[in-house]
Amino acid sequence: MRIGVVTFPGSLDDGDAARAVRIAGGKAIRLWHGDPSLHNVDAVVLPGGFSYGDYLRCGAIARFAPAMESIVDAARGGMPVLGICNGFQILCEAHLLPGALTRNQHLHFRNRDQYLRIESADTAWTNTFSAGQEILIPVKNGEGCYVADERTLDALVAEGRVIARYIRGNPNGSQRDIAAITNEAGNVVGIMPHPEHAVEELTGPSLDGLGFFTSVLRALAGASAGGQQHAGGQ
Amino acid sequence: MTTQPDTATSDAEAPAAAVSGATTKSTGFAATDVLVNEFDGGPDTVQRAVSTPDELQPHTELGLKDDEYDRIRQILGRRPTASELAMYSIMWSEHCSYKSSKVHLRQFGEKAPRNTRMLAGIGENAGVVQISDEIAVTFKVESHNHPSFVEPYQGAATGVGGIVRDILAMGARPIAVMDPLRFGAADHPDTARVLPGVVAGIGGYGNCLGLPNIGGEIVFDPTYQGNPLVNALSLGVLPVERLQHKEAAGVGNVVVLLGARTGRDGIGGVSVLASATFDEGAEQRRPSVQVGDPFMEKLLIESCLELYDAGLVAGIQDLGGAGLTCALTETAAAAGTGMRVWLERVPLREASMSPTEILASESQERMLLIVTPENLDRVLDVAEKWGVWATAIGEVTAPAPDGSPGRLVITWNGHVVVDVPPGSLADDGPVYARPIREPADLILLQADKAETLPRPSTGDELRETVLRMAASPNLCDKTWVTEQYDRYVLGNTVLAQPEDSGVLRIDEQTGLGVALSVDGNGRFARLDPYEGARLALAEAYRNVAVTGAEPVAVTDCLNFGSPEDPAVMWQFAEAVRGLADGCQQLGTPVTGGNVSFYNQTGAAAIHPTPVVGVLGVLDDVARRIPMGFPPPATEGDLLFLLGDTACELSGSEWAWVTHGHLGGRPPKVDLVKEQRLGALMARASQARLVGAAHDLSDGGLAQALVESCLRRNVGAQVALPEGGNSSFVQLFSESSGRAVVVVPRGHEKAFVALAAEYGVTCTPLGLTVAEPVLEVRGEFTIPLDELREAYSATLPRLFGGAAELANRHGDPEHAADPSAPRSPDKGDEVLVTAAAGAAMESAAPIEADGIPAAAAAEVKEPVPAGGSVTLELTESQADDDGTPPEPGGPIDPEQSSS
Amino acid sequence: MARVVVDVMLKPEILDPQGQAVANALPRLGVTDVSSVRIGRRIEIEFAGEPDLERAREIADKLLANPVIEDFDIKVLDDATAEVA
Repeated sequence: MRIGVVTFPGSLDDGDAARAVRIAGGKAIRLWHGDPSLHNVDAVVLPGGFSYGDYLRCGAIARFAPAMESIVDAARGGMPVLGICNGFQILCEAHLLPGALTRNQHLHFRNRDQYLRIESADTAWTNTFSAGQEILIPVKNGEGCYVADERTLDALVAEGRVIARYIRGNPNGSQRDIAAITNEAGNVVGIMPHPEHAVEELTGPSLDGLGFFTSVLRALAGASAGGQQHAGGQ
Repeated sequence: MTTQPDTATSDAEAPAAAVSGATTKSTGFAATDVLVNEFDGGPDTVQRAVSTPDELQPHTELGLKDDEYDRIRQILGRRPTASELAMYSIMWSEHCSYKSSKVHLRQFGEKAPRNTRMLAGIGENAGVVQISDEIAVTFKVESHNHPSFVEPYQGAATGVGGIVRDILAMGARPIAVMDPLRFGAADHPDTARVLPGVVAGIGGYGNCLGLPNIGGEIVFDPTYQGNPLVNALSLGVLPVERLQHKEAAGVGNVVVLLGARTGRDGIGGVSVLASATFDEGAEQRRPSVQVGDPFMEKLLIESCLELYDAGLVAGIQDLGGAGLTCALTETAAAAGTGMRVWLERVPLREASMSPTEILASESQERMLLIVTPENLDRVLDVAEKWGVWATAIGEVTAPAPDGSPGRLVITWNGHVVVDVPPGSLADDGPVYARPIREPADLILLQADKAETLPRPSTGDELRETVLRMAASPNLCDKTWVTEQYDRYVLGNTVLAQPEDSGVLRIDEQTGLGVALSVDGNGRFARLDPYEGARLALAEAYRNVAVTGAEPVAVTDCLNFGSPEDPAVMWQFAEAVRGLADGCQQLGTPVTGGNVSFYNQTGAAAIHPTPVVGVLGVLDDVARRIPMGFPPPATEGDLLFLLGDTACELSGSEWAWVTHGHLGGRPPKVDLVKEQRLGALMARASQARLVGAAHDLSDGGLAQALVESCLRRNVGAQVALPEGGNSSFVQLFSESSGRAVVVVPRGHEKAFVALAAEYGVTCTPLGLTVAEPVLEVRGEFTIPLDELREAYSATLPRLFGGAAELANRHGDPEHAADPSAPRSPDKGDEVLVTAAAGAAMESAAPIEADGIPAAAAAEVKEPVPAGGSVTLELTESQADDDGTPPEPGGPIDPEQSSS
Repeated sequence: MARVVVDVMLKPEILDPQGQAVANALPRLGVTDVSSVRIGRRIEIEFAGEPDLERAREIADKLLANPVIEDFDIKVLDDATAEVA
């Protein structure tokens, strides 16, 4: 399976995302922001970093990249897309996901090993977890506070689209402790913490991050075998 | 990186740094501006210089002595132009020419141990060490002290930017940073101004570049109050054949300026030009601090690496302090060629810049490339792809027909403003043999030993001392700081703070890696600079060795007071001698480093503070040894103390924390023993005999035990050896050459035998236990929770800011740490004042959270699902009347608080 | 030369911790009668020709502001007068 990893000017965790894809058993295809072709990838990862230096707003400029136009189209067509940290910010700016990421409430950049609870295994990126499973992966950001209006938050919760929450402490003030959400179809996921940094015992706090990448491979294998790809919500 | 006396500092409040951008702002070149205006609006050219030989020039204001000015006239055969004068004043300044330190630094070369690994050494942008057939690493530490006092965030940020560019210039991809930081007293208001900004700046720049921060130091001491030390280290990796050089070789090659546009940043920084400005117009002409743009630097890194890999670069030099002046002269001088530069081609941020300003600008994120003409177009293409400016501004010209070096000729719109031999600027600067004299007070200071001070003796007193020491600013938990740094990016960080050294995997296939530690101790060096330098070297060496790596190379940052003070110069000479001797003995050469002079306020110099970085190699990072006690087997794992303990309390953390005392002689160093200890650890890690190891340094054995227990919440039952030293001495002495190790049950025989083989004293110390307590048999028992609370509360209490206080209680005036009594205490008042000051003066945001990570992990009240959370507070936020907590309450004001 | 000025502010219901931090610092300046501070962004756009408010509004809506969390207003400023859009 070909999993594209996009590099914008200022992307930092693209190499790490590619490594995670490889370790999970996929083939990582590096995509350039300026290239509208997605080179036949089966899924896309928008990695962490400071695309365009976080100028104006995080992800505000990256969302207009030629590659993003193609990705938005593909996502609307059901292609799995995972936005990690800056990638999550880009997905919100591109309106593939609701809400926005704002400055951490305590105004610091914060890097911690963070416990999350997976709330939903019903997405292309979380199907190898089980609902309620607790995982430990790093969070590292300065603008990770997820906000949305009450109606949106209620809908996300009601529709099972909050797919991971911070537990044992909220590192950035995100509303409802939201760490990751998905779109209605369950193919687009935005996550603030970094699963790609929890894939090797040598360098990460756990191996829990690998599940995100094995999930998409399983989802794609299921889809290509004609099985049900994913179900959004209940 | 200014080493010039900053006359605006010390007792005055930090001046709000004038940031470049104003088009009409006059600059530190007031003196030379005057010269310009005298000549009907044109610049001062060589032609004019020839025709007006007796024109008075402000060489003294620019920091040049009379004899130096005369030498310039001799070299040129005429008076210098205004631009040339500025260039000489910059290149012959202390920072660029190392004029006070050269005579001493020669020892690093003279006493350099034989080694085959070093591919580039002192004099290059950074030292390069080969670690495998194909791979080399480059590393260096530098200072950015004075700018960080003036503008903490930008000063620290551009310090990181500068050292990273040095690494990049060697052909390497930068892959890590470390930050040894030294501030004044922890509870001083100005420390609250400086520290948060510095930390935010290092994080802000390093994180945005995508460089993991893998270690450093935070030290508090009143000696640094007016002179904080912000040293920055960077490490890079490169294929051996991609090593780059700075020589501007190849006549006809094109000189290309790459990166950001040039503005008025920092004019008056590195050089003495600042002192030219302190007259009536001083208000407008304060030295500009450089402002960094990490995104631009990230683009610079990627574009340069692409250029290197495509073989498109013949020579490269970064533009650091002294900007274009330094880059042009050094590249030309290194090759013996000349250069022809058209200054009007330099892309500018402000069109009104004079040629002198263009040459002196310290705008960040710029590199100078030497490119063959046939490669120029491809170079410009790569630059365009990454969105960085690239401009051909000159070309390399031939040496003279008789073989002597070429000349650097710079024109500006047709006017010849510079025509000099580049070597005279880069290599032939003044060399001073400054007078040295042992400080008059040293004998008395050394006689005032700490070994005779009143000491704790009972178990209760020892217990109280352990807690008080663990909570003291130098020894306490630094997580509040280190959480602001990304440690994970690039996915190769194997160990990072609080481990003994930062360990990085370099080769994913083979597991080849490196270990780095950077250490210093100003107190020891004050008591004896020679021994103090050797102790710093020994500590960094030991930190690297204790993780299982083989130490191979050294970098140093020498932070001292004014070289014009013979006592300081004596300290410098002694420290360099100590470091050179030590490196020679250990077989680890100094590959590069930095000198920072003039760290003093009035007549009071800082403690001499040589900071030493040691690089080690691990053939397989999987066998590295971490420092936290691992969860033990059922019967417990065995603890051993390696090395010998003597009663050595002078200069110790205990003497300082308990008695505010500094006196006596620092602990002895035995480098042979350090080598044996290191070799033992390397062998033990290969044989997998050791589960954890932690070196002993500040705070002695007690601190090492505290840190090792708290790291993974594993207890220990310690039995201090009977006879000989008292419990107190065993716990708090700071004898060198020691480490604590954990040996898994079953391996102890083999380990003890190995220690004997290496001639390292190995003393059984006790056991690790699952129960979370630290017990010293016969003396005291401390539950780890209690220990952790003391250890982790200090930095958040001191440096969490006003917004954090407001978030908690909505009342900044009377807010306090929730675990402390509800009365304003000195720390909080200081905090609020400082935060207010910081809000006004600093570019950095107000710090707003201080909850220690450990407390966060153990939140006592469950966070209510569905409720908006303001961080990990352990108390309910709403008042009894149900009003929503504020500020920091839910976004929708209609929703009641959870 | 006329410029279009776009002022972007967080929507009132969005928490502004930076504004808060500044507000909390004001008492130290002796200022006690400020109840709130909110921080936004000001963007100045110079068109090649005449200022085009509609285009500016489009630019603001699509890029300069994030409508999920921010509001904006636009005005034209020239040397003589300030015209509110």
